[in-house]
Amino acid sequence: MPNISLKTLLVLAALSVLGGCATPTPYDYSAFERNNPASILVLPPVNRSPDIKASYSVLSQVSYPLAEAGYYVLPVAVVDETFKQNGLMNADEMHMAPPAKLREIFGADAALYIEVTRYGSSYKVLTSEVAVEAHGKLVDLRSGDLLWEGKALASSAENQNQSSGGLVGMLITAAVNQIVNTLSDRGHEIAGITSRRLLTAGIPNGILSGPRSPQHPSRLANH
Amino acid sequence: MNTYLRTGALAVALLSLAALTGCASQPKTLYHWAGYEEQVYEHFKNEKGPQEQIAALEASLQQARARDVTPAPGFHAHLGMLYAEVGKGDQVRQQFETEKTLFPESAPYMDFLMRNFEK
Repeated sequence: MPNISLKTLLVLAALSVLGGCATPTPYDYSAFERNNPASILVLPPVNRSPDIKASYSVLSQVSYPLAEAGYYVLPVAVVDETFKQNGLMNADEMHMAPPAKLREIFGADAALYIEVTRYGSSYKVLTSEVAVEAHGKLVDLRSGDLLWEGKALASSAENQNQSSGGLVGMLITAAVNQIVNTLSDRGHEIAGITSRRLLTAGIPNGILSGPRSPQHPSRLANH
Repeated sequence: MNTYLRTGALAVALLSLAALTGCASQPKTLYHWAGYEEQVYEHFKNEKGPQEQIAALEASLQQARARDVTPAPGFHAHLGMLYAEVGKGDQVRQQFETEKTLFPESAPYMDFLMRNFEK
């Protein structure tokens, strides 16, 4: 029975979905596949933007893509409480906590460290626009390996006429335009799109599917 | 080997397209999400009291039961935290235990929370 690596399937999926776009360089997922985490502890994001809402806005929207990707995601608000009750009052302090300690208390296989680099209209170039950009690092709490690193940006300025990423780009752009027209908490809604772009499984250079996903190698029919 | 490769690639491609386009109807999610992330945000914003947050989550739970879909990972634990805030101690443990049953990966953390809750 031939053994097709997940990497190959992901590259093929990326090619088929993106159509005429340039072929993305396959990401090195060997550490990710080797460690195969089942649960993820998302630490409250470090905020590098001027908007104090940024961290919690992003944090409250990461559970969906991660859980739907097939991971057990620890309850983000309860985790935040636990950190605070243990004397770590802000994200910078929380991100400094030793991984061994995180593993001991939370029991998660991996930790996701997020940094929000843009939230709101913090740049002159984007005065009338709302943008949210976030970087993420997934680290295994058992081995210390860096499993994955990525970043995502969403902006209310995204133009319908621009072709950005074929089918995926068109869908997300349409959603962005609709949201801008109908909702007032733009930053929060844009942050939702950023979170999904950052943490959806199976997209080019995205995270791999977790054990609870039908896409995980342990559950694919021909494995 | 080529047949498997094509079939595998086709399956992944079709699933990706299906997930992205949503086909004709809403793609099914693994869990019931209605209200959870909104109430998580409300909790962080601290504008609504825990009782109001609890009401919204209990409504979502009813919906999940009616549709026979599991609530999102963390949902029960979050509700347990809110019950602790309003002094409904007997229901706290029940929520953490439910979370543990549904998601065994949560066991170390749920045990930690229950140990600390008793103190």
